[in-house]
Amino acid sequence: MTDTTLSSPRTNLSPFAGLMSGTVGPVTVVVLAILAIWYIAAAALNTPFQQDMYERAGQEHVQFTQLIADTWAQERPVLPAPHQVVVEIWNTTVEKKITSKRSLIYHSSITLSSTLLGFLIGTTLGILLAVGIVHSRVLDKSLMPWIISSQTIPILAIAPMIIVVLNAIGVSGLLPKAMISTYLSFFPVTVGMVKGLRSPEVIHMDLMHTYSATRVQAFWKLRLPYAVPFLFTSMKIGMAASLVGAIVGELPTGAVAGLGARLLAGSYYGQTIQIWSALIVAAILAGSLVALIGIMEKVALKRMGMAQ
Amino acid sequence: MLTAAEIEDGLDDAMKEHVKRVIDIDKLSLTFQTNDGPVHALSDIDLKIDEGDFVSFIGPSGCGKTTLLRVIADLEQPTAGSITVNGVSPQEARLNRAYGYVFQAAALYPWRTIAKNVALPLEIMGLSRAEQQDRIARNMELVNLAGFEKKYPWQLSGGMQQRASIARALAVEPDLLLMDEPFGALDEIVRDHLNEQLLQLWAKTNKTVVFVTHSIPEAVFLSTKIVVLCPRPGRIYDVIESDLPRDRNLDIRESPEFLKIAHRVRDGLRAGHSYED
Repeated sequence: MTDTTLSSPRTNLSPFAGLMSGTVGPVTVVVLAILAIWYIAAAALNTPFQQDMYERAGQEHVQFTQLIADTWAQERPVLPAPHQVVVEIWNTTVEKKITSKRSLIYHSSITLSSTLLGFLIGTTLGILLAVGIVHSRVLDKSLMPWIISSQTIPILAIAPMIIVVLNAIGVSGLLPKAMISTYLSFFPVTVGMVKGLRSPEVIHMDLMHTYSATRVQAFWKLRLPYAVPFLFTSMKIGMAASLVGAIVGELPTGAVAGLGARLLAGSYYGQTIQIWSALIVAAILAGSLVALIGIMEKVALKRMGMAQ
Repeated sequence: MLTAAEIEDGLDDAMKEHVKRVIDIDKLSLTFQTNDGPVHALSDIDLKIDEGDFVSFIGPSGCGKTTLLRVIADLEQPTAGSITVNGVSPQEARLNRAYGYVFQAAALYPWRTIAKNVALPLEIMGLSRAEQQDRIARNMELVNLAGFEKKYPWQLSGGMQQRASIARALAVEPDLLLMDEPFGALDEIVRDHLNEQLLQLWAKTNKTVVFVTHSIPEAVFLSTKIVVLCPRPGRIYDVIESDLPRDRNLDIRESPEFLKIAHRVRDGLRAGHSYED
């Protein structure tokens, strides 16, 4: 009790003390700093083009404030200002019908469906590979080098090959793109699960031995529960990789729909605002998907009694 | 004509002869091959343990007391000599679930409640749900943990966790209990308390207990037989048959008989331990 009475006047002294003690304060400061840097960079990068424009129009002695305002309002800026991107996102999400070819929600849903399909296949494949590797020395020695080298190939090089080959055998649409997501997302899951399934302490394995438990029993009762936190961590990485895979998969095909298609179309026509808005939406999408897995992780660990 | 007392004596002798031999170790050695050359963890061990015995292995670190216990539990393989548990090989005894093993740490699974942790070996044995429930209730009662079924391990103190792990070992209903320094990580007061409880439990169930410790008072207080081991190579230095009454409480630690045995154990430890290196 004495503690609170003593410390209460002190908190009144600095109004920012309370603000900065939580997470909201510091996060806001960082976001504001990023926005400020972005605005300054936009002004600096767009100034040469703006001055060309003034020259061509015969305008001289333009006020500095006018110059800055103009650099933040170009149609095809080198670096669009944040508010231009926000307006573009607003216009292509809330203002457009979802069925419209210019709706970012429409494009996001295309990319999202192949991301999720690829992620599901990738996670399943990753878990199965990890189970095999942990239980068989032969699989460990034979598969692991291939799995690691598979990730050293640039995805941009192999993505068109996958699309072309699958097209040749009559597979088109969602699945080829999903395969690229799978290609990227199985790896973190495999590596994470191998680590997780091998993580039970010696004493726990010995305990299973004293019970004469079979390998199947040891797997379900010890290895798998032990690996759950590892699974969620690697699923977060896998999900982000999956989205990258889906976007990359849309690039080489000249796809007509999806966030990757928006990026491609934007770069064809120098529509930097369109590119940036697609990028930001992709980032928001990835962030939400990873956050969703984070929530699932919290729920799962709480139900397992591991979250304290 | 025989008197009633003589008949009773005769019966006693007959009973003694029929006391079951639980563990029979003969000229057993175990050598680990390491990068620095062979390590003689156990050398030429001879030991007999009968049903109902409470046997303590005591000795300094590296004397092989834990290794010997692990050999009995089929967690390590001897390189020479022979050993039988309940008349069969340790592996067969393990497959018959002849023993319950209590480790230095409680080794409870953090994602299982205490009741579920006790149920773990029962699930592996494939017992029916009703039988599992019955054994959980009985053994949690036995270690004074009734009411904590739904708690998770981290919600319990170290002593309670170790009691839960004892309940888990007892739930298998083995005749043989192997305990590897189960109270080593606990403070003196909790340890005394658990020692008393363990003795009561032993008296109640008449199990055979093999107990590894490096505490002299603990070994003398608990045991009917104390095996003093010494290191390099790990070997038996002395086997002390305790003549303390089976029914004892902590006060006995002040008695001259207790101190005499403790003295002999300490002598053994000192003699077997070379301080030169």
